[in-house]
Amino acid sequence: MSALRLMGGLAAALVLAASPALAQKKYDPGASDTEIKIGHSIPYSGPASAYGTIGKAIASYFKKVNDEGGINGRKVNFISHDDGYSPPRTVEVVRQLVEQEQVLFVFNTLGTPTNTAIQKYLNAKKVPQLFVATGASKWGKPKEFPWTMGWQPDYATEGALYAKYILENIPDAKIGLLYQNDDFGKDYVEGVKRGLGEKNMSKLVASVSFEVTDPTIDSQIIQLKGAGANVFINTATPKAAAQAIRKAAEIDWKPTHFLTNVSSNIQTVLIPAGPENAKGIITADYRKDASDPQWANDKGVADWRAWMAKYNPDANVADQNYVYGYAVAQTLEGVLRAAGDNLTRANVMKEAASIKDLQLPMLLPGIKISTGPNDFYPIEAVQLAKFTGKTWELFGKVIESRPE
Amino acid sequence: MNWEFVLHQATSGLANGAIYASVALALVMIYTATEHINFAQGEMAMFSCYIAWQLIDWGLPYWVAFFCTIAISFAGGVAIERVILKRFHNAPVLAVIIVFIGLLVIFNSIAGWIWSTVLKQFPSPFVDIFPTTKLVGPHQLGVVLTILIILTGLYLFFRFTPLGLAMRAAAQNPVSARLVGVRVNWMLALGWGLAAAVGAVAGMMVAPIVFLDPNLMAGILLYGFASALLGGISNPGGAVLGGFILGLLENGIIVVENLVGVTVFGNELKLTVALIVVIAVLIFKPSGLFGKVRVKRV
Amino acid sequence: MAGIDKNLRWAGIVLLLAILLPFIPGVSDYRIFQLTLVLVYAIALLGLNVLTGYNGQFSLGHGAFYAVGAYVAAIMMDKWGMPYYATVPAAAVVCLVVGFLFGLPALRLEGHYLALATFALALAVPQMLKHKSIEYWTGGVQGIVIIKPDPPFGLPLSQDQWLYLFTLFVLAILFLCAWNLLRGRTGRALVAIRDHHMAADTMGINTALYKSLTFGVSAMYTGVAGALGAIAIQFVAPDSFTILLSISLLVGVVIGGLASIPGAIFGALFIVYTPNIASDISKAAPWAIYGIFLIVFMYLMPTGIWGGLRKLAAMIRARRNAS
Repeated sequence: MSALRLMGGLAAALVLAASPALAQKKYDPGASDTEIKIGHSIPYSGPASAYGTIGKAIASYFKKVNDEGGINGRKVNFISHDDGYSPPRTVEVVRQLVEQEQVLFVFNTLGTPTNTAIQKYLNAKKVPQLFVATGASKWGKPKEFPWTMGWQPDYATEGALYAKYILENIPDAKIGLLYQNDDFGKDYVEGVKRGLGEKNMSKLVASVSFEVTDPTIDSQIIQLKGAGANVFINTATPKAAAQAIRKAAEIDWKPTHFLTNVSSNIQTVLIPAGPENAKGIITADYRKDASDPQWANDKGVADWRAWMAKYNPDANVADQNYVYGYAVAQTLEGVLRAAGDNLTRANVMKEAASIKDLQLPMLLPGIKISTGPNDFYPIEAVQLAKFTGKTWELFGKVIESRPE
Repeated sequence: MNWEFVLHQATSGLANGAIYASVALALVMIYTATEHINFAQGEMAMFSCYIAWQLIDWGLPYWVAFFCTIAISFAGGVAIERVILKRFHNAPVLAVIIVFIGLLVIFNSIAGWIWSTVLKQFPSPFVDIFPTTKLVGPHQLGVVLTILIILTGLYLFFRFTPLGLAMRAAAQNPVSARLVGVRVNWMLALGWGLAAAVGAVAGMMVAPIVFLDPNLMAGILLYGFASALLGGISNPGGAVLGGFILGLLENGIIVVENLVGVTVFGNELKLTVALIVVIAVLIFKPSGLFGKVRVKRV
Repeated sequence: MAGIDKNLRWAGIVLLLAILLPFIPGVSDYRIFQLTLVLVYAIALLGLNVLTGYNGQFSLGHGAFYAVGAYVAAIMMDKWGMPYYATVPAAAVVCLVVGFLFGLPALRLEGHYLALATFALALAVPQMLKHKSIEYWTGGVQGIVIIKPDPPFGLPLSQDQWLYLFTLFVLAILFLCAWNLLRGRTGRALVAIRDHHMAADTMGINTALYKSLTFGVSAMYTGVAGALGAIAIQFVAPDSFTILLSISLLVGVVIGGLASIPGAIFGALFIVYTPNIASDISKAAPWAIYGIFLIVFMYLMPTGIWGGLRKLAAMIRARRNAS
């Protein structure tokens, strides 16, 4: 009897040890049996307030998750604050989130300077700074900053990719580059130069900057044409990008035109710029453009539309930020589901660093999210596409875009 | 020498100058009527522009929407004066400036809230009227023409109508104006209405070029302000010239650097350099290039 | 002189309370950090107030001096390994010189023209900080990350508590200096220039010198604030010093109360706390709420919070005397 009981006991212990569901629940501040608190900051006010819709999208995505029963029985409490895109205010509101509101981690905070301002603080406090909303390449350095992780493909790699494509396909290329004079634009400059390499640097015949406050960038486009460029890498943000596309057509400059995926939305950039002017533009994207007719019957986009209709009835469906917010929130949802009842900061970070081939419905087919202990770059692939005047026609294979 | 390049830069400078000039006109209008520079003028123009966009989106023909917007903006300007600014007639100048800043952020925020922040295309009525050339777009020609029409209108109004004269009097010397029977308060309201109407036209001229979003005027207001001061803040003609000069000056820096082959300022500092030039001019000619020197009474 | 004694006594009590504040149980490091920012902005506002409130010169560009002070501190700490306390006097000297030099041409400009010149300055400084010729020092668009100082002598304080006390110490000295300066001959000269420029000239006040010096001193105060702000935030970048910073400083000065020293503190409280309150009220349009705050505040208290409080005190006194 006693031996039998012993064996039974052993078996029970084995079962207990093997089944994580029965493992003891572990919590850090911000997590409990009923709730997971997530902190977020983004500009809802000021000149960068256009990004604020990402915050609204994430909030309404988690509203949907909560309506459907939450994550492992816990409701997500998404606390989002306005930082006006000002680094000092980001520090202030993120400290409020961590110290006053006691969030489990900080998620998708927007902007390169703003995230730089809080990176040291969050890493010192050992609070995850997950899936930051910036395409700088410096967010995937687990050795230096084990608590910081990016999400989207980085700008520099995108720039390098265009450069490599040009070297392979356009032998007599004379490249003109248009960039915004800030961290965002400078990343592209660096990437394009890296992609070209020292010996092809002479192919970059002009790189011209503009300021966010410049009313028009006509002068810059004339400079690029004047420099004799026959390839145009346009890394401008939407407003300037649309102006550039139109002005190039107006002055009868017809280069092979590459456009950053930040500004590749059909409804809000290419149509205002004139679809006929935008014909032939090449981009490298990772998301589905919800305004692109080719996804009219796509299941992922249909689900997204249903969510938009139910949870964001007043929103502008052309706003690509709602696709971004939806997709990044889904990535986080996956991480939190995998973390189960072990909701410590360390475990959230560990789960974030062990995503395997996650295919999100709003990312292009074949683009999967993978991370590892030494790989803090979740999305590392893009797909080239050419604008036909109506739709982005995908071509070629999915391209690895791992930062160097 | 690349003449095509120089020519293109010159025309693009003039086209930008036309944008600055149109905003400068609205600033001159409000200054002439109230002796204040309304920092919210740009945002009010942006808001008017959204109203026009909405009317067109609802299906109104362009010119109907155009004139409706002007009328709505005029009423809005009068309302702002009568409801808000009226309460600050005796407040210190800086308090009034804070109110302007308040209006600026309110209009910016509300526009994004109502119409979302995504870029919108704003139609140009001139595309079918004027021919397209490589050098200047049809819309740019239309803008210049519109500016000349407003300019003439303002000139005639202030110079030859009793109402215009009364308005100037009310702004410059409210006490004496009141003594001779000018209804100063209504003159101020009228000034606000006219400035808002001129601003609305400016917005509808600017938006087809730079695309419509809530930050439509964020960068342009400074240029308009500099143009107005450069030309002489109380002189509409001067302000328009100031706009063209500023536009040419900015592109001129690029052209000169390009010809010499040395980049010192480049695109990054061309605005800074242009502003330094404007300020230098103002130091030596404080009433602007074309402004009247006003003698101060002690 | 009894009035001055009474003022000093009040200031002493407030200072003592401010020193004790971080040691009240329940006041978190985050709150102390936020209050440090209030002190930093109060110093900046006092600087702007010397110029705008007392001397009547209008500035839309004090964010530029704040930026210069911040970068002086960041570069000294990051590139030269200097201790944080040494950066404060250095920022003061640099901004005094920069402000004075800017004040020389600005002398000839008044009202709207000065507004344009200072506006241009606010726009140009972040632009120049990004320029490639000085990128080595400024870190270009990426800015500079600096390390927060630990309390000295092994004092049992948190970093935030120490920085708060350090900032408070600097603020007390600067406020005392300003108070001394403004109530004496210099202060009267400044006010005379503001109110009756020509009369001041004919009375033998060297208006040109006074005006440029005022610009220098004003920039110095704001620059010191910039340095302290950089140390508290641990980061500087061109994006931290946009034109919006200059505008909020102007808002702070006017809302706090022009030509009043305590006004600077109220103005600083306003610019630190109202944006957060506004966005708590509405995430859809926080600026709209903020704008309404501005207009309502100006309507209720056209002479600022301090002016409003004094008026209220006078009313209460008058009522008491009447009864």
